[in-house]
Amino acid sequence: MNRLLVLPILVPLAAATLCLLAHRRFRLQRIISVAGAGGLLTSGLLLLARVQAHGPIATRVGGWRAPFAIVLAADLLSAIMVTMAGFVAVAVTIYSLAGVGLRRERFGHHVLVQTLLMGVSGAYLTADLFNLYVWFEIFLLSSYVLLVLEGGRARLVGPIKYVVLNLLSSVLFLSAIGLLYGLTGTLNLADLARTVPLAGQPGLVAVVAVLFLVAFGIKAAVFPLFSWLPAAYPAAPPAVLALFSGLLTKTGVYAILRIFTLVFAADTGFIRPLLVWIAGLTMVTGVLGAVAQGEIRRLLSFHIISQIGYLLFGAALATGPALGGAIYFFMHVIVAKAGLFLAGGIVERLRGTGELKRLGGLQRTRPALAILFLLCALALAGLPPLSGFWGKLLLFRAGLAERAYVLVAVGLAVSVLTLFSMMKIWAEAFGKDRPADAGGEPALSAGSRLALYLPLALCALFVLGVGIAAGPVSALAAQAGRELASPEAYLRVVLGVQP
Amino acid sequence: MLTALAIAVGALYAAGIYLVLRRSVAKLVFGLAILTTAANLLIFTAARLVRGRPPSVPPEATAVPAPHADPVPQALILTAIVVGFGALAFAVVLIRRVHHSHGADDFDELRSES
Repeated sequence: MNRLLVLPILVPLAAATLCLLAHRRFRLQRIISVAGAGGLLTSGLLLLARVQAHGPIATRVGGWRAPFAIVLAADLLSAIMVTMAGFVAVAVTIYSLAGVGLRRERFGHHVLVQTLLMGVSGAYLTADLFNLYVWFEIFLLSSYVLLVLEGGRARLVGPIKYVVLNLLSSVLFLSAIGLLYGLTGTLNLADLARTVPLAGQPGLVAVVAVLFLVAFGIKAAVFPLFSWLPAAYPAAPPAVLALFSGLLTKTGVYAILRIFTLVFAADTGFIRPLLVWIAGLTMVTGVLGAVAQGEIRRLLSFHIISQIGYLLFGAALATGPALGGAIYFFMHVIVAKAGLFLAGGIVERLRGTGELKRLGGLQRTRPALAILFLLCALALAGLPPLSGFWGKLLLFRAGLAERAYVLVAVGLAVSVLTLFSMMKIWAEAFGKDRPADAGGEPALSAGSRLALYLPLALCALFVLGVGIAAGPVSALAAQAGRELASPEAYLRVVLGVQP
Repeated sequence: MLTALAIAVGALYAAGIYLVLRRSVAKLVFGLAILTTAANLLIFTAARLVRGRPPSVPPEATAVPAPHADPVPQALILTAIVVGFGALAFAVVLIRRVHHSHGADDFDELRSES
């Protein structure tokens, strides 16, 4: 039993349990929550160091032999994703100290954040398809409750869409699992990689592949299955939104990356062209939706969709460099988006509204907030030397190598529109003069100022640091991409074959 | 038996999707419940039906004799029932609250209000 593989699941579980035991003692719950997130980040980093040095690791739960046991396994992609989840968790739990309010805490905000983290880590670490389904349900259920915790009348209709569409996608996921088990008699990902090409029923395999694509597509909010996201997300508070945008849709994309490089790697003639189309249309529709919005949360929610397109760009090309680019982009976009949502949250906290028309003048009154926001916004748009520039450069270079000229052109055009809509927030909220009818800004206490600004500063530093240290980070991402493109080492450790 | 079950699974999927596509919120819940059941039955059916054969290894043998019942799909279904029940229970409570506060059962009316 490898401890490094169970820690990222056990730490949030322990934190959630302790938070439940500390019922009604909110100060204690906050400490436990931040400690749990810190523990997750630490265990993620330990796992990353181990996997980078020694290659993929696996552990067979219960000590059964390979295809029968449920296997937990980590290659570089899993380790990177767990680490990023830990990073977002630290930022969000610190921000939650001042940013969510006692009402949400009373209904178990901290417990649900931890169970969500547990589900997400489990999904990154499992090498069993049915186990993946269960982890997905664990974090989705937590997210349902987090979304509606203090829902007023009008705020419940959006979440219904979210819950219903995700339940439907779970049914599709389950149906696909059932058909695949009937076809191959196994659900171990590595065993499936071996047996699916031998199953000899290309028609049925294609149906199952498309079922998985639709199921994960709904969860990842790709074109044309994203309608739930802009309906549901703006109802959540900024801390929760940062968590959702960093972890929920990204886990859907992670599942697409994992399943379509491992299980359906060989026999999917039409899936790759389909993914190319989906990637392009997701980028375009997301950013066009964002450009039309006049409210910070809604605008940023549409940007989640458009950035998903870039991640699918890598999945669609599926070469080593393209997957590496997508993995670099994962690291960049998770943090840049979290930073933007947190900055938007501070703006709303200061001015009591996120309507761009009624904002203004923040550049003068809050210069620190302005700089931190600008760093995250320009990183998202992809300006050098920030992280987004390198992520897009890696993806576009891989795209040119594969002669996907149209897709690269679409990616470039969407970058320009992203910059445009980021500048819209900048000009409206920070640059222009404050409208005459705007109220005063509440004075924040030193403690809550620290809790609000520290996570935002961490995110801004991350996008700057990952941009400046692009060499080593992109080397790590490229190694992860190569492992994903030719997963022999992963297959070997999951099946427990001695080399 | 296999054919009958396959037809039943298909009919359940069709009924579930039909109900989900209606505008009524209450029918939506029933549709989701039926779809979850359909998926469970699909797992059961797709994994082949074997009657009257134990899934265990006899004392004198080293492997399970050829046509044996497979316990894995049943374990999967049991888990899926529990998970699906939890999610569905939450959906019912959510939809009930919306119904309570809006007094409407029609998605079009809900949308115009929000």
